[in-house]
Amino acid sequence: MNGSGAIRSCGECCTRLVDFGVTLRGRSVLEGIGLHMHCGELTSLIGPNGAGKTTLLRAMVGELPHTGTLRFIHRGSIENTTPLRIGYVPQKLELDRTSPTTVLDLFAGALTRWPLWVGTRKAVRNEALEKLALVGAEALLTRRISEISVGQLQRVLLALALSPIPELLLLDEPVAALDQGGMERFYQTVSQMRTEYDLSILLVSHDLTSAAQFADRMILLNRTVLCDGPPREVLLNPLIRQTFGFGFTEQEIAGRRPVPRELEHEQCALPMEGAL
Amino acid sequence: MSLLHSLLMNLPFEWAQYDFMHCALLAVLLVCPLLALLGCLVINNQMAFFSEAMGHSALTGLALGALLGLADPTVTIVGFAVLLAVAMFLLRRYSTVPTDTSIALVMAFVVALGVVLLSRGGGFARYSSYLIGDILTITSKELGLLSGLALIVMILWTFLFNAFFFVSLNRSLASSRGLPAGVLEVVFSVLVAVVVAVSIPWVGLLVINSMLILPAATSRNLAGNTRRYVLGAVVISLLSGVLGLISSYYWNTATGATIVLWACGFFAVSLVIRKR
Repeated sequence: MNGSGAIRSCGECCTRLVDFGVTLRGRSVLEGIGLHMHCGELTSLIGPNGAGKTTLLRAMVGELPHTGTLRFIHRGSIENTTPLRIGYVPQKLELDRTSPTTVLDLFAGALTRWPLWVGTRKAVRNEALEKLALVGAEALLTRRISEISVGQLQRVLLALALSPIPELLLLDEPVAALDQGGMERFYQTVSQMRTEYDLSILLVSHDLTSAAQFADRMILLNRTVLCDGPPREVLLNPLIRQTFGFGFTEQEIAGRRPVPRELEHEQCALPMEGAL
Repeated sequence: MSLLHSLLMNLPFEWAQYDFMHCALLAVLLVCPLLALLGCLVINNQMAFFSEAMGHSALTGLALGALLGLADPTVTIVGFAVLLAVAMFLLRRYSTVPTDTSIALVMAFVVALGVVLLSRGGGFARYSSYLIGDILTITSKELGLLSGLALIVMILWTFLFNAFFFVSLNRSLASSRGLPAGVLEVVFSVLVAVVVAVSIPWVGLLVINSMLILPAATSRNLAGNTRRYVLGAVVISLLSGVLGLISSYYWNTATGATIVLWACGFFAVSLVIRKR
């Protein structure tokens, strides 16, 4: 620990999936997933189409039924399994171009039961502005989400996922529709959130090199976890070539990302072994 | 009721002198906003085709009522619509048939079944009033039923609007915020089924869906946020309803269809305004 206060990347709290599986229409889509995500760590989830990446997220947020367990372990308590506060950023919203929904409507709909058609309360407005400021999107508050750009909408959805600040943040290919610049900016914001709020972040990504650049850890998924470790190791693993049909060389990855932080890994794992 | 009576009697218009017009006006003031409120979320959920099928299912509900020898087939119409709503939800959830295809199939089936049953012995003409509806024959007892329904919808719209709204945006996002997406979808489908089924004798099953969709679609063209969208739809439906009722009296036309024509007119105006 760096002694300057426990908040910064404590590594003592974590999200743990044990023997997690999903069966859809009688067909096993995911099975035997064991995952371990630490606070302040950005884990990138990669895998081919149909690997079950989105399904995993949908099961984690509770939309799909699953087997096994999903737990959040707070620092200092092995037993604590309070329900996880999850922030989720979907790939897209079902929107048509005439949708009158504004950014503020999104926040009001999520944060209160006070019906949208009656009006929006001041407190909600302030909360929305505060969270939008984190992603540099305050100016969008009263804009219709059907008229803002894809990149702007992703920022808004990120701000929404941060209200209230979650313990685990799930991002489903948030940059799929963004251009290079937009993508970099988005990743930077997310990276910053990770350290600032000590979040566990799980990010589904198609862009392997950018994912490697910003992630602390990488997981290769295809129905189950095939490979799990620092991005560099995962990308150099022969399984990458087998799965995607192309691989990476040391040179391609070198310089992309400094040494991954590994210190936290054991810290959370130790008390949990007994609980299994 | 008596207040409305005395109020209307003092108006210097011919139509305002008849009791049946008073009842009809009250019915319009109840049914129109009710359908418009639901319509807003029907459009958000892209369920316009679903609600159309609900309306058409009344033919089978009506036939079942006739087979059972019921004097008032409302019970079977509502019952069958609810059954169908749940069946269609399950079909969408657990089968791989595309939603619009499955709705088309179900609609074809219920219309054919209804027509076959009702036309046995050549008596179909007896039931044609259900096709175009007759709001002028509404009794005060039936008005009581409508008021009860309006009250239920208002209560649900107060406590659950934001939840329904959020599920319509993205199921996974709603789930991540602890909303039971599946349950809410069923409740909403059933609610649409009940309101549509109850309104059919007065509005007519051929035009009921327009009353649901048109005011919301019109308001969508103009509204800058969700609050204005919902309130605008209610105002537009009330205007179309009252204008339609009064003009149908003078033109001696079917009230439901006349109201729909007014609503179409408003929609056309909204398109022009939006263009500018």
